[in-house]
Amino acid sequence: MYKYDQYDHSIVTSRVEEFRDQVNRRLAGQITEDQFKPLRLMNGLYLQLHAYMLRVAVPYGTLDSRQMRMLATIARKYDRGYGHFTTRQNIQYNWIKLDEAPDILADLATVEMHAIQTSGNCIRNISSDQFAGAAADELVDPRPWAELLRQWSTFHPEFTYLPRKFKIAVIAADEDRAAMRLHDIGIQIVEKDGVHGARIFVGGGMGRTPMVAPEIKDFVRLEDLLSYLEACLRVYNRYGRRDNIYKARIKILIHEIGADEYRRQVEDEFVAVKALGIDPPKAEFDRIAAFFAPPAWESGLADAIDRSDPDFAVWLDQNVSAHKAPGYAVVTISLKPAGGIPGDASADQIDLMADLAEKHSFDELRVTHAQNIVLPHVRKADLHGLWTQLREAGLAEANLDLISDIIACPGLDYCSLANARSIPVAQKIHARFADLGRQRELGELKLKISGCINACGHHHAGHIGILGVDRKGTENYQLLLGGSGAEDVSLAKITGPGFSEDGIVDAVETATNVYLRERTEGERFLDTYRRIGMEPFKEALYG
Amino acid sequence: MKILTGNDLATGDVTWWTGQGWSRHIEAAVDVGDQGEAIAHAEEGARRVNAPYVIDATETPDGPRPAHIKDRIRALGPTVRADLTLKPADPNAGSWVI
Repeated sequence: MYKYDQYDHSIVTSRVEEFRDQVNRRLAGQITEDQFKPLRLMNGLYLQLHAYMLRVAVPYGTLDSRQMRMLATIARKYDRGYGHFTTRQNIQYNWIKLDEAPDILADLATVEMHAIQTSGNCIRNISSDQFAGAAADELVDPRPWAELLRQWSTFHPEFTYLPRKFKIAVIAADEDRAAMRLHDIGIQIVEKDGVHGARIFVGGGMGRTPMVAPEIKDFVRLEDLLSYLEACLRVYNRYGRRDNIYKARIKILIHEIGADEYRRQVEDEFVAVKALGIDPPKAEFDRIAAFFAPPAWESGLADAIDRSDPDFAVWLDQNVSAHKAPGYAVVTISLKPAGGIPGDASADQIDLMADLAEKHSFDELRVTHAQNIVLPHVRKADLHGLWTQLREAGLAEANLDLISDIIACPGLDYCSLANARSIPVAQKIHARFADLGRQRELGELKLKISGCINACGHHHAGHIGILGVDRKGTENYQLLLGGSGAEDVSLAKITGPGFSEDGIVDAVETATNVYLRERTEGERFLDTYRRIGMEPFKEALYG
Repeated sequence: MKILTGNDLATGDVTWWTGQGWSRHIEAAVDVGDQGEAIAHAEEGARRVNAPYVIDATETPDGPRPAHIKDRIRALGPTVRADLTLKPADPNAGSWVI
């Protein structure tokens, strides 16, 4: 894992004291809320439905047990004993007091954490593959590149006031576990003629106007990557619309001028940027990459696992993934228990996951965009013991990628932007499909719920998506089908008129019944939808 | 009726204008008539409230009930965590929101 150098420490601690002064001036009435709001947002502090909310950055979703324990400490000391892991691989606290926010940031700084780049019209926290460094199918570990982008983008003076927020994801495997093409810039590290480079996709996103990012460059030499990205941002910063917030994202610019024209301008700009010499020397990149060297995996470990415990065997099949090292596995801890709140974890659970990471996963954890936690390097021989401890803490739900592994935004229960509640819908769907055997019969089925059109719950990327809307003061839910944030990326389409809270649960069940009726051997829900189209579903839903 | 709400500047707590000050409990909210904007301006200037705004509500025997569900959730707390609402011991409190 990356460790701060003197510059990182200096930047973060200086920022804490700067914010402390800003808070004191606000509380003393020396600055107004209009003046203070952009300052607090630059430090991740929002004013939400019930209180201030602090969003803490987890760069590319990676953290160690010391950092994870600090997240638990903050939950206990400053909040109400829990935190909410988000679809941006971050964590949010919902009950923060303004006068304590600087102390929280100071505590975070002691473990090399902060809330920078979690709000505002800047380059946001870089996201990545939660299996990075462990996945059997990856070309290289993408995190050194993500860390380089973090350093490049933090307080970048040219990109602090972009037309709108800007999200970048980096992956290095063919399987896209980070919804890469639904970011403003998606980067895939690839190999061509024995040389590693980057495929660059620009202009994706969800929200009000969902778009899949088109490929802008099929291969950028890695020694040119920062210059190329700087060129991409410069063209956006110059021409992105600032007159209309709904048309300010880069996806709108590219849609309006076309990918070819955008590419041409980026190529021209790249020539100018490259001459500035912003790409780091190889020695500096190697210094960063050294922090991400593989842990000291033991050799000669057995791959065999005792599957005689049937409940354990189900969890193995569902929540354990292939690792690149023999004798090891990647474990995903579901934060989607029946009756729970997707992404929420108590301070005790957070502490337990930290302990388990320290004991079983070379001190590493990951936050996933699907609001789960990953232990990336677990010896297969330790899996049963790990599962036993998880089960005792209510963390062994064997539902990864099943219909109850629901992404849900906080919705109207917490969010001031939301039009409808998301969490109760997720809970009712989970209850409707409570039987795990039934869930497994349905197979991979990614269900994603947003409480408003801003799409924090990624409903556009759901095999089944649900969008909560306000219809004359009443919560109403639209059903969408056919989305994917994976390598087979697509945007879900609305089925038709919306449903009530209970009606949407029935509608989801109806859609799954169509799938069960129509599927052929080996087809996932998404495959069947793509083969038969929307009509059979509409017929069943609306008759 | 029209009532005035906002958040406490320091704590972020949802608060309601009582005629003399601010309360966390909507039962104490009073009808501000057409004075809401003026009260909001004065109270915000005195840093006794943050981001105040006027909402429509219905007068009921149990006190004002906001017209919009968003403000009813603000008044009670998250519907999915009864323990974190202002009425953790009342199992029927959530039905007031819906």
